[in-house]
Amino acid sequence: MPEPSVQFQGIFYQRAGREILSDLNLQIAPGETLVLVGRSGCGKTTTLKLVNGLLAPTRGKVWVEGKATDSWDPIQLRRRIGYVIQEVGLFPHFTVEQNIALVPSLENWDQDATNGRVREMLGLVGLDPEDFIHRYPSELSGGQRQRVGVARALAADPPILLMDEPFGALDPLTRHEIQREFKTLRDTLEKTLLFVTHDIGEALALGHRIGLMVEGHLTVTLTPEELLTSTDPSVRAFLQPLRMAREVQDNLG
Amino acid sequence: MDLWQFFVANWEEIATLTGQHLWMVVVAITVASVIGIPAGVLVTRKPSLEKGIIGFTNVVQTIPSLALFGFLIPVPLVGGIGASTAIVALTLYALLPIVRSTHAGIKGVDPSISEAGRGMGMTDFQLLWQVEMPLALGVILAGIRVAAISSVGLATIAAAIGAGGLGMFIFRGVASVNTTLILAGSIPAALLALLADFCLGQAERRLAPGKGRTLKGERRSV
Repeated sequence: MPEPSVQFQGIFYQRAGREILSDLNLQIAPGETLVLVGRSGCGKTTTLKLVNGLLAPTRGKVWVEGKATDSWDPIQLRRRIGYVIQEVGLFPHFTVEQNIALVPSLENWDQDATNGRVREMLGLVGLDPEDFIHRYPSELSGGQRQRVGVARALAADPPILLMDEPFGALDPLTRHEIQREFKTLRDTLEKTLLFVTHDIGEALALGHRIGLMVEGHLTVTLTPEELLTSTDPSVRAFLQPLRMAREVQDNLG
Repeated sequence: MDLWQFFVANWEEIATLTGQHLWMVVVAITVASVIGIPAGVLVTRKPSLEKGIIGFTNVVQTIPSLALFGFLIPVPLVGGIGASTAIVALTLYALLPIVRSTHAGIKGVDPSISEAGRGMGMTDFQLLWQVEMPLALGVILAGIRVAAISSVGLATIAAAIGAGGLGMFIFRGVASVNTTLILAGSIPAALLALLADFCLGQAERRLAPGKGRTLKGERRSV
């Protein structure tokens, strides 16, 4: 087996005396998409922030590309990891172009390479470069902003991508559309992807493997097929909404 | 008319005193900004200093202005009779709004924006310089504007310690119960305050981010 891209080893994380993660062990292979699902407050976001060093574990080690996060230079580490959050966090005083060019410009790419990359990224996320590069985030719809957020995270071609409920704030139709497009995009990019969501449908659609988190514990890690046929009670509980939808459909014949 | 005649007859002195007045305010606000903005930034980075720094500016603000001017006279280096003492006092008063607004402006930046910046690998300095300061600029300028307007008023008291300025007319007028003299000092002072308000308001409008660009919402589409 190749060296895991990201590895959690015996992770405990406490804040204000409360245990948020306990004994988390997990490996993500290069090119794999691992989706963490769970209720709000189960520790998914914390897990994600341990990877790019926004948080440091109380006990245990997180390995990124074979090197523990505490021995990485945090700035170098983060520039190798794309980061997309639900609120997007686009800089409101930067144009779309400047937002996407953020990491390339921090890394002092030359101007032509950056310009080309910005256009390429916009095309990749389905936005017409000529129409969008000079717009400000306030001139975009929620779905467009999220696309720009993805383009920004991909701009410096990081091998690892962290996404924290990136489509959570979108209306269901837009979300579905972006999910589908993102899946296609993901398949062509071959990035290691750690994706956090509370939407089981999204997890099933995107994940090669799905990790279920309950109150700081990673209870199971399963493929979508295994998950759907699992008899584990915590998994069954999480699949409840899907079953309801199917029952309604069946009743309608 | 009495007042009008006074202005015509004494325009040279009025201009000189207005110049002195403006000089004191401009120097004080510049120095207060040079000290206050970094101090406000420091407070956001080291919250343990918040009590000390903001507390100090609060205490200064509670000292009655006439007393502060008086207190400073015997202080070595900064004290003595004259404009430099007045400038020190005005600077101390201007610190509170400037430190506070810098602190509030930076704290007011949407946490998801700074988190995204940090998560993408910006250094603290890059985040401050490229993101937090530009986004806080409107609030900081509003603080400077408040400081400048109140300084114009406070600077009239500087005449009491021989610093000159438009307060000279006011003190003379009060002493001799001469309304014309009082107005000869207060009207130019009021105009100066309005001018400061207008200029800094313009700067705020021009430099604050997003303004004027956010109204193109009609181009929105999914």
